[in-house]
Amino acid sequence: MSYWPLLGVLLVVVGFALRWNPLLTVVAAGVLTGLIAGFDVVAILEQLGNGFLKSRFLLIFVLTLPVIGLAERHGLKARAAAWIARLKGATPGRILIGYLAIRQSAAMVGLTGIAGHAQTVRPLVAPMTEAAAARAGADAAARERWKAMSAGTDNVGLFFGEDVFLAFGAVLLIQAFLATNGYVLEPLTIALWGLPTAVAAFAIHAWRLWRLDRDAAGASSRSADKMAGGE
Amino acid sequence: MSALLNVLIALVFVAAAWHGARGGRRGAAVFWGLLAALFAFGDLLPPALIGACVVLLALMAATPALGRRAGTPAADAAVPPATPAAPARDVPGDPRALRPVVAIPLLTLVFVLVVRMVNRNGALALDNQVLTLAALALASCLALLYGVRSLRADPAQAVASGGALLDAIGWAAVLPLALAVLGSLFAAAHVGDLVASLVTRGIPIDSRLACVVAYGFAMLAMTAIMGNAFAAFPVVMGGIGLPLLVGRHGADPAVIGAIGMLTGYCGTLLTPMAANFNLVPVALLELRDEWAVIRAQAPTGLMLWVANVALMMALGFR
Repeated sequence: MSYWPLLGVLLVVVGFALRWNPLLTVVAAGVLTGLIAGFDVVAILEQLGNGFLKSRFLLIFVLTLPVIGLAERHGLKARAAAWIARLKGATPGRILIGYLAIRQSAAMVGLTGIAGHAQTVRPLVAPMTEAAAARAGADAAARERWKAMSAGTDNVGLFFGEDVFLAFGAVLLIQAFLATNGYVLEPLTIALWGLPTAVAAFAIHAWRLWRLDRDAAGASSRSADKMAGGE
Repeated sequence: MSALLNVLIALVFVAAAWHGARGGRRGAAVFWGLLAALFAFGDLLPPALIGACVVLLALMAATPALGRRAGTPAADAAVPPATPAAPARDVPGDPRALRPVVAIPLLTLVFVLVVRMVNRNGALALDNQVLTLAALALASCLALLYGVRSLRADPAQAVASGGALLDAIGWAAVLPLALAVLGSLFAAAHVGDLVASLVTRGIPIDSRLACVVAYGFAMLAMTAIMGNAFAAFPVVMGGIGLPLLVGRHGADPAVIGAIGMLTGYCGTLLTPMAANFNLVPVALLELRDEWAVIRAQAPTGLMLWVANVALMMALGFR
């Protein structure tokens, strides 16, 4: 077996490591892989074009941007932050644990499109989390980390919720693949075996969020002590 | 149906092109204009021409033509200033601004539930993903109409501010598309089989634990390379899961399949190849560090990987 096609993978790894432009790196790796696999240039371009046409739905989030832009022009982020300021006991970790629970349980019943980075994280979750972090005395770097954690929490909730949903593509893919290899199973059986991981994902991520909250509180009360002690 | 969606998406691209042109950045105007044309008229053009345009877009993304790097905060008059550092008591904002944004998830939810209820007997063979996407698109359009009415805004101005947001996200918005294409080229070149054969070399196949760890590692690594667990699953399940775990050690294929797929998802949390989850939000949230989201979620992914291997050992061999 020839291992030359792995050069395309190598190009991607090197490109991301050296921080070349990711879009150019990815397209170049595609062309390189196609050339090594023995396609001619026109065939590669056709593959690129057909792939592009088939995947256009990936950019559907773009349709939410006019609403987000309109609302932000009318002070949405400030509203979201002001709302959190009135909620006693709203720490960034608690906000994200609540969001994780909602996101994951919605995905479990197949409602994957009701939230996402464009429609909920940027306009609502990130500003709320950032405001709560600012109130707890987080510095600029810590607020950046909480914003990134808002996006990460959305991913964890989506990934480890949707696999429990029966009609989700992953369950059907597993079922179809096993059936063609002679193991005929009900989709329900496969979806149920996704539950232990779903529970573990919630437990692990919620525990991390709780610890981040605690560490942040410890850090800010220490610095408050220092100030009070006049060090 | 999907043609209409593509035209609607193209409209936002046109708004982004307009935003770039007004800012005097001709490169950005061409970039978004070309994308708008590919989305709206792509089905009428020969695929090789579209492929050539994709290469052109990638080349433009690597030059300074777009005007700014994605991920750097957009210093732009048309984009509202980022949240002030202090709680914004002095800038209260319009209380009605929240409503259209909340309307998007609520309307999506209502549409999905109504269609599922009407379609309870399965008369329409609807894919859940298609249904969700169509519901999201319809909800976005209605929420925009509602927002324009309740905030007494100009609809053209609303679409323009959406274009400004997209222009600020930059080429990162197109990356998910390019990665999907790369995945299909990897598959055509059988990259997955090569990785699976590399991993299976030199593992002690009589050790159950070694086989489970190799299977879990291959899922993680392949998903990180392809950016997608769906592409990794058939390769790793066919190369390691079925012959070694099920065939040799008598594992339950349902357990190994379901948890194996989710072991791949741990890899999705670690890789820039899953751009729509890990890089697009960096641009959307205007974070300075391109790897910020991956850094934030990586510990969860690694701990969950260990948990998944333990679960497969405990539940897979009864």
